[in-house]
Amino acid sequence: MLGIGWALRRVIRSSEDFFLSGRSIPAWIAGLAFISANLGAQEVIGMAASGAKYGIMTSHFYWVGAMPAMVFVGLFMMPFYYGSRARSVPEYLKLRFDEKTRALNAITFAIMTIFSSGISMYALAKLFELVLGWSFHGSIVLSAVIVLVYIFLGGLTSAIYNEVLQFFLIVLGFLPLTLLGLKDVGGWSGLTAKLATVATHAGFAPGAWTHTWKYMDSPSHNPMGMEWFGLVMGLGFALSFGYWCTDFLVVQRAMAAGSMTAARRTPLIAAVPKMLMPLLVIFPGMLAIGLHVARGGFLPIGNDGQPNYNLAIPMLLGHYLPPGLLGLGLTALMASFMSGMAGNVTAFNSVWTYDIYQSHIRPGQPDSHYLRVGHAATVFGICASVLAAYSATRFNNILDMLQLVFSFVNGPLFATFLLGMFWRRTTGHGAFYGLLTGTITAALHYGLTISRGAVPGIHGGFLGAVLHTYPSEMALNFWTALFAWTGCFVATLVISLFTKRTKTDDELRGLVYSLTPRIQEDYLPWYKRPVALAVVILVASVVLNVIFW
Amino acid sequence: MRLDVRFPIGGMFAIVGAVLVVYGLLTPASLYQRSLGINVNLWWGLVLLVFGVLMLVFAYRAFKAERQIEK
Repeated sequence: MLGIGWALRRVIRSSEDFFLSGRSIPAWIAGLAFISANLGAQEVIGMAASGAKYGIMTSHFYWVGAMPAMVFVGLFMMPFYYGSRARSVPEYLKLRFDEKTRALNAITFAIMTIFSSGISMYALAKLFELVLGWSFHGSIVLSAVIVLVYIFLGGLTSAIYNEVLQFFLIVLGFLPLTLLGLKDVGGWSGLTAKLATVATHAGFAPGAWTHTWKYMDSPSHNPMGMEWFGLVMGLGFALSFGYWCTDFLVVQRAMAAGSMTAARRTPLIAAVPKMLMPLLVIFPGMLAIGLHVARGGFLPIGNDGQPNYNLAIPMLLGHYLPPGLLGLGLTALMASFMSGMAGNVTAFNSVWTYDIYQSHIRPGQPDSHYLRVGHAATVFGICASVLAAYSATRFNNILDMLQLVFSFVNGPLFATFLLGMFWRRTTGHGAFYGLLTGTITAALHYGLTISRGAVPGIHGGFLGAVLHTYPSEMALNFWTALFAWTGCFVATLVISLFTKRTKTDDELRGLVYSLTPRIQEDYLPWYKRPVALAVVILVASVVLNVIFW
Repeated sequence: MRLDVRFPIGGMFAIVGAVLVVYGLLTPASLYQRSLGINVNLWWGLVLLVFGVLMLVFAYRAFKAERQIEK
């Protein structure tokens, strides 16, 4: 089964030459590629781990986070990205502000890609450890070698092709797992009953794992340790908008669309399958923790004495799927981890080579020189990912770790974007020092607070004094993001007011909302307009929130 | 000329589905204890097969329509 997957991937890769130039990518393909770009280990492993650790509240990442953010990207951000023809987020920042803002963002983005790729590497290594029975160290080396070969063979050249295939592979590979699991526990009501034991075991009300909002009145009433305000602002606003609006790995997919309208419709179309993802990735996590508590042990226990939630999906695959279908499930997992690594390492390579090295360290070299630097960057990126993968072993839920990185990088960046796009008075100095302030605010907040039960260090509190203890790691991340966003917003605003504008209105045309011509869509029937689609999506997410209230 | 992405996707799932169906028919029922006694290889293989064939059909129809326009 694995062999078939591999052989077919090769066939598909060689047919890449036929692949459409941007113009003719149908909207649904661009839409699926848009969410597949994000369907790496963080989604498959991380969301399941969170489903086990925090319950159905994890769906807030979708119905409060991703949905509104994707609507916002489609309606408001796409016109600037698509219109400005910038090829990367740092490049947009250079056009809108200046070189130093671009460089700062390039550096933080590079660090983020390393962590993302490291998390996928960790997940792949864990899978090898489980399936092949190798030691974790050996499995890490194997993963690193595989991804190196994969990238040098040109694995990412037909990215969009692979991503669409991978989307179906993951959906069709995991759906039987959810279906079998739900049948086994007796449907949603059976799952609720199982999870009531989990919740009372952990000292919460019986419904704490199966209600999204009901227990959000106080941080002490739900496993995530959040109250509604911090969740909506920290996750919904700072983190999700920050991620979906500024992570170029994702945004890039929409830019392959044929027209402005198609580009705007891409994230909106993507939002439809995204809305249903929780069924595929969060439910298995909830099933796993139900089994774990009912049987007194299903997930392996990690070094911190907690269950290793990251293994929810791999353990369930082995539990329910017989040989045959198991191969399909494992292929889906491996495909997702590998593209997660390869995508991030490739992004690291291009950001380092073009936005940092070529612009600041050694400009004006021949192309062959930059190509060599790019190869070196790929090798370096993989080595750095190994380190990140080892730091991931310190987290029993990789989504906790990933959101921590996002809170440092995307949280403040979103404030810069908001001001830069909607306020033409924002200056280059304002943006640069604002971004710096935001990141430092995140570090200060993280250094002075800690999550309950954690040892100071990688889990926060490393600045000596602990001013506040959050009930969970995720709560700490949400508040870090919110602090970082606020720090960046205020600093950018104040510094911009005190510094002179360096760009004239003319130079900002197409980069700032008030200086960009409105898009005319009167010629489209109403149901094809992005706004109509956006309303449908928002209404649907409200309905989903109410159903699982 | 360009290749519709539905061809490779449809082809892959049709083949994988067919293999699973055959495998499901050949394996004894005892293999399916962990999947609640359901022969998931057979049934899910059928789902994949149908999905793959549908993809191929749609791709083929789009391909023919495009030919018509070119003529």
